[in-house]
Amino acid sequence: MSGRVRRASERALARIESAFNAAFGNECNPVYHSGALTIYFFWIVLVSGIYVFIFFETSIFGAYASVERLTHDQWYLGGVMRSLHRYASDAAVITLLVHLGREFVKGRYRGARWFSWFTGVPLLWMVFPLGITGYWLVWDRLAQYIAIATSELLDRLPLFTEPMARNFLLPESLSDRFFTLMAFLHLLGIPIFLVFGIWFHLLRVSGPRVNPPRRLALGSLGALLLLSLLLPAESQGPADLTRVPQALGLDWFYLAIYPLYDLTSADFLWALLAGGSLLLALVPWLPPVKREPAAVVDLANCNGCGRCYADCPFGAVTLQPRTDGRRHPLQAVVDPDLCTACGICAGACPSATPFRSVAELVSGIDMPRLTVHRLREATAAALHRASGPLRVVVYGCAHGADLSALARPGVVTQTLPCIGNLPPSFIDYVLRRAGADGVLLTGCRLGDCYFRLGNEWVVRRLAGTREPHLRSTVDRRRLKVVWAAPVDSGRLVAALNEFLQQLARLEPQRDPVPPPARVAGEAAR
Amino acid sequence: MNTWLRRLGQATAYLAFAAAVGWLSARPAYAPIGPDQALVRLSFGHYGARLGECRRRSAEELSRLPPNMRATLECPRERSPIRVHLELDGRRVYEAVLDPSGLSRDGPAHVYEKFVVPAGEHRLRVFLDEDIHRPQGEYTAAARAELAPGEVLVIDFRPARGGFVFYHHGKAFDGCNGTDCDRG
Repeated sequence: MSGRVRRASERALARIESAFNAAFGNECNPVYHSGALTIYFFWIVLVSGIYVFIFFETSIFGAYASVERLTHDQWYLGGVMRSLHRYASDAAVITLLVHLGREFVKGRYRGARWFSWFTGVPLLWMVFPLGITGYWLVWDRLAQYIAIATSELLDRLPLFTEPMARNFLLPESLSDRFFTLMAFLHLLGIPIFLVFGIWFHLLRVSGPRVNPPRRLALGSLGALLLLSLLLPAESQGPADLTRVPQALGLDWFYLAIYPLYDLTSADFLWALLAGGSLLLALVPWLPPVKREPAAVVDLANCNGCGRCYADCPFGAVTLQPRTDGRRHPLQAVVDPDLCTACGICAGACPSATPFRSVAELVSGIDMPRLTVHRLREATAAALHRASGPLRVVVYGCAHGADLSALARPGVVTQTLPCIGNLPPSFIDYVLRRAGADGVLLTGCRLGDCYFRLGNEWVVRRLAGTREPHLRSTVDRRRLKVVWAAPVDSGRLVAALNEFLQQLARLEPQRDPVPPPARVAGEAAR
Repeated sequence: MNTWLRRLGQATAYLAFAAAVGWLSARPAYAPIGPDQALVRLSFGHYGARLGECRRRSAEELSRLPPNMRATLECPRERSPIRVHLELDGRRVYEAVLDPSGLSRDGPAHVYEKFVVPAGEHRLRVFLDEDIHRPQGEYTAAARAELAPGEVLVIDFRPARGGFVFYHHGKAFDGCNGTDCDRG
């Protein structure tokens, strides 16, 4: 996708998300939780499916009647469960497509994140057959239509000696054997693969969000329950192989490929599905991009405290037995294949404090592209050059609002890969040692961190609930945090102006305490 | 934002979501064929003629074989492709030479084709040649049928019933000879 199209799509998506943020709040924004909602809907599908299965007759001659009995004789529970089963499956397709589209638009599939994207593609090949086989089991006119069309499609592949579609040629051709196979696939075969598929999909994500917030879960369930009561799912008359079903109520979420097949051909459809899947799977490498250098561990400064390990959103950091003979039992080890170069680990490292009196500030884990040393030097130099009545340092994230809109005398901006890359001690440092009057932090909107957890960790670090803390002695009036997406530049500018006015009302900062003489080669304790 | 406005926004979002799910789960309706159309399905599996003659084994040959393999006739496995064509209202709508299935080309050749036709009366004539190399094993059949909209007519081949069988309303019916079919 070209840069212009991507930016336009990102802006459009951000505006949609803004509307949901306004109604639901960032913490319950359903767009942010689209992946977790998909899994949640499958839980509803599972529970309702188990109930429906209790009354379902796994036979082509009894299936339709058993579903009808469940739907009508037991409408208050069985009927609702059947409807929930269908509607939750459909809802899952919506959230799945939102999840996929959103990750694509936001570019969260490149570099080390290829794995989650790539393993998501086979999930599509499990979800849709799961839905199709479910419709098949009702054995009504819709089931008849999709059974024949699916058979015709499969017959195009060199799988079966005898055309599968001959099973549906005449009423006398029907047999339970084939139906039992469908039941097995729907009830056990595909769901097992789906569970393993989801596990693989989340394998390289640390602390994945697999459950939506309770309020969102209850609201979604309520909406589907209401729909089930107002518009119960019904069968479409018993299958009749002597006729072609007409005016079918097609589930467009799962069955849209069939009209396309009718319009084109089996060859076209298979080419489209195979080609589309291949293209989708290769998206992370189209075009190939140079990966940012991974985080680097400096054993002389790493005491194996495990904060980087705890904060890494992608499980790229592990703790392993010490290899350099120092007294600490563990050391951090970075797997470059998993590292997204977000720098959250460096922000978590206790040795990344700029107060250390060393000429070359080296932290236990750091980013080669922008080391904490270079960040300290760049901030100090920029503040030194800054003119104006007030001097403010803005630390921003590369994926949030554009900091160039904040340019004005006295305002120093530093762009980081992720705001979680900033060790909290830098705030203290620039206020006390570097002569800044205020610090403004900005990053992706809460709940929507490009690197998953960066802004969440920052909130906790500032609140003192997650290491490393921002010291309680830091004057909070001189610190402002604004979570802003690229489309929120105006809001960020307004927040900065407001912050400058607030700082102007405060008593002047004391003269900064000069940094102590720096000692080369100091090691972390 | 005001709490009530937020709640209103949430309720609207949930309702819109439910409406989208409910609507697209069964609407808009779809018709696989038009309201004035019917369907003809031609499908069967049939062994082509053997390529080569069977040979009777001599008593000496038989005695050398294990007892469970002493078949009197030794026949080549490979089958001939079959030729099939279907005429609908005097127009040839399908013609194909179908290969035998199996790696050794010793299985039946299969056909599965469907033809959407206007509802109404139709004349059908179907032909099968089970040996494309020699003029032998030819089967032909014809039928006339009145198809109502949405009805399916099936043409199958059942050797036990002497060849082609036409099914309408799920029941086999007798075809007609060419003269009867062409009349009227």
